[in-house]
Amino acid sequence: MKIPLSYNARSLVQRPVSTAFTAVGIALVVAVFIGMLALANGFRSALTRTGSTQNVLVLRRGADSELSSGIDRESANILAAGPHIATGPDGRPMVSAETYVVIPLPRLGEDTNTVANVVVRGVSAAAWSVRNNIKVDEGRKPESGRAEICVGKKMAGRFNHTAVGETLRFAGRPWTVVCRFSANGSAFESEIWGENEQLMPVFRRETFQSLTFRLKDPGAFDEAKRSLETDQRLTVDVHRESEFYAQQSQVLGRILQVLAVVITSIMAIGAIFGAINTMYAAVASRSPEIAVLLTLGFHPRSVLASFLAESALIAIVGGVLGALIALPINGIVTSTTNWANFSEIAFAFRVTPALLLAGLVFAVVMGLVGGFFPARRAAKLPVVQAIRG
Amino acid sequence: MKFLPLVLANLGRHKRRTFLTIASVALALFLFASLRTVVTTLDRGAQFGSARRLVVLNATGLVLPLPLSYGNRLKAVKGVAAVTWANWFGGKYGDNKRFFAQFAVDPESYLAMYPEISVPEDQKQAFLRERSSALVGRRLLDVFGWRVGQNVTIQGTIFPGDWIFTIRGVYTPTDAAINDDMMLFHHEYLEERTGRQGRVGWYVIEITDANNAAPIAKTIDDQFRNSSTPTKTGTEQAFNASFATMWGNVSLLMGTIGMAVVFAILLVTANAMMMSARERTGEVAVLKTIGFADRTLFGLVMLEAGIIALTGALIGLGGAKLLYKATNFNAAGFLPGFDVTMQTLLIGAGVALLLMLASGLVPAVRAARLPVVQALRRVE
Repeated sequence: MKIPLSYNARSLVQRPVSTAFTAVGIALVVAVFIGMLALANGFRSALTRTGSTQNVLVLRRGADSELSSGIDRESANILAAGPHIATGPDGRPMVSAETYVVIPLPRLGEDTNTVANVVVRGVSAAAWSVRNNIKVDEGRKPESGRAEICVGKKMAGRFNHTAVGETLRFAGRPWTVVCRFSANGSAFESEIWGENEQLMPVFRRETFQSLTFRLKDPGAFDEAKRSLETDQRLTVDVHRESEFYAQQSQVLGRILQVLAVVITSIMAIGAIFGAINTMYAAVASRSPEIAVLLTLGFHPRSVLASFLAESALIAIVGGVLGALIALPINGIVTSTTNWANFSEIAFAFRVTPALLLAGLVFAVVMGLVGGFFPARRAAKLPVVQAIRG
Repeated sequence: MKFLPLVLANLGRHKRRTFLTIASVALALFLFASLRTVVTTLDRGAQFGSARRLVVLNATGLVLPLPLSYGNRLKAVKGVAAVTWANWFGGKYGDNKRFFAQFAVDPESYLAMYPEISVPEDQKQAFLRERSSALVGRRLLDVFGWRVGQNVTIQGTIFPGDWIFTIRGVYTPTDAAINDDMMLFHHEYLEERTGRQGRVGWYVIEITDANNAAPIAKTIDDQFRNSSTPTKTGTEQAFNASFATMWGNVSLLMGTIGMAVVFAILLVTANAMMMSARERTGEVAVLKTIGFADRTLFGLVMLEAGIIALTGALIGLGGAKLLYKATNFNAAGFLPGFDVTMQTLLIGAGVALLLMLASGLVPAVRAARLPVVQALRRVE
């Protein structure tokens, strides 16, 4: 027969301070766990959302980032005339040859002496439709032939002169900010976009860095890749845009994840030790009670289960508390450097339901591990001695 | 101190609890020291830099090149003692699992500019003599099992193709803030293979008087302001500091986690102390009856808390210091010179003291104030 859970709940209320201390300890571990993974998650998701599965990104062979790549005009023309490129509603091919430069901009905020490295992307007119996650939220797109730029949503508030209508100076000349765009939370939102023919001369670039096009048939990626990479006139690597950006998040994403696991594991061991202490003390102080339960005919297995449940109960309280502590960081924007191209990328912490659930499971595991040995002691209690004591 | 055996006996009563509590404190302080060392290592890298070295960059962007021809013009600037230049190569080695930086440098002037890069004289000469040779950090020999004289192939990402270098020298940095896992090779070799484009990534100049850094930087930038490629000149320290900020707000992240760790362990320790104290209510009453002063009882509990906190701190902090030293840890090259500083150890010890006070105070006061009669009544 099972021992009712209310027995455990009442026991916990009997020793509120001890229960609370143990639960809050677990809560802190869970909060750090969720917080750090939310950071890794946010960074990953910003880069993963950047690319589309329908788009193809072409770089010079061997280049591992847009920054290190270079595609001359002749190659760009050959690529743009390719048969795999979708045609837009205006009847033009959906392809954008782009130049990609990282510029220093002074950061806003407490520490204005430091500069951030910001991506300036020179795009062709088709870029706005090739990237289907781009949405102009305010203003209008830059006009061809003018020194006009559009800034990503996450630039606002982090840098001066990035509001629509203002003038931003870089590369030795002023640029009018004519619009602000959002890109579904992706890395594009940390970029400045302008017309490639305007930007290339000021950066003294003779070549593009990359070329992105929409596939006519989304299933024909492999075929397009094969035909372009074997084209004798070209020396290029062909990437699926989504995979390319996702892969850029791998190194730092993995570092953050490993850090999260290492730090929270060490913390968790401490919290488990706390739970072990608490549960042993609980078992010791309730020996006569346990003996009575055993005498009444409760199976030792039920006693074991009961104490495990009690430990898990503390952990669940802690887990829920930890999730509540971690929840407010969701959406907070922070920034770090995407080392693949030395540029700053702003992203938001992402606390997902799956992460909250993982935190809760983690808490329960801590509770069960911490409760196991004390619970086993309770189940194996020598009845006669315990009742006498 | 004559009560030490009594305190030890009390600690020995619940050996498991004492052990687990000390272990929790040790883990917490280990973590605390590690997290803080990440911050101090980054700070140290940010503060590294000779006051007499300035870095000249392309004003438009860090990643854009400067003309090679600027070298002679920089040398002619008044107050400039020496000039060297370097270029980021950005190559991959093998499966690219372990990243390391490669720089194309002007070998002789570069090694003269950085006396912190220490190379045995014969290896230095061998490196300078051979155009396709490379100088590598000591750590790379351990990581890849390289040896001097070996050829290594690096795949270029910015400069396409396979690049074969012969390792002719191994350097050891004399300042821990300098990476011990770089590869340096001849800029001339890069120029030769890329069709003499005459480009360098940045210049490093040495000035005769550190006090003139600002006016000299201004002179240089003014000189190139209206040229095809304007420059941005700053101290080496400012350059490194701006690199350190690229990680984002690491100190806030580490600080927050550190606080959470310390607080979580405080709870574990305080809980253990309180449980012990509660179980001993009767004994404390007996001690009081046989003449122990309130003050003594207060001291006994505090001493017990202190032994737990300080033993834990000793293991945790000492363990961190020794472990990172023994394993020569540098986070795969991201945190060169990772070493737990004295300051971190002292702050850790301070945290342990706080832990003792916070966990011992309530049980200690309770023990001191315990009304004997009531407490004894509970004893059967």
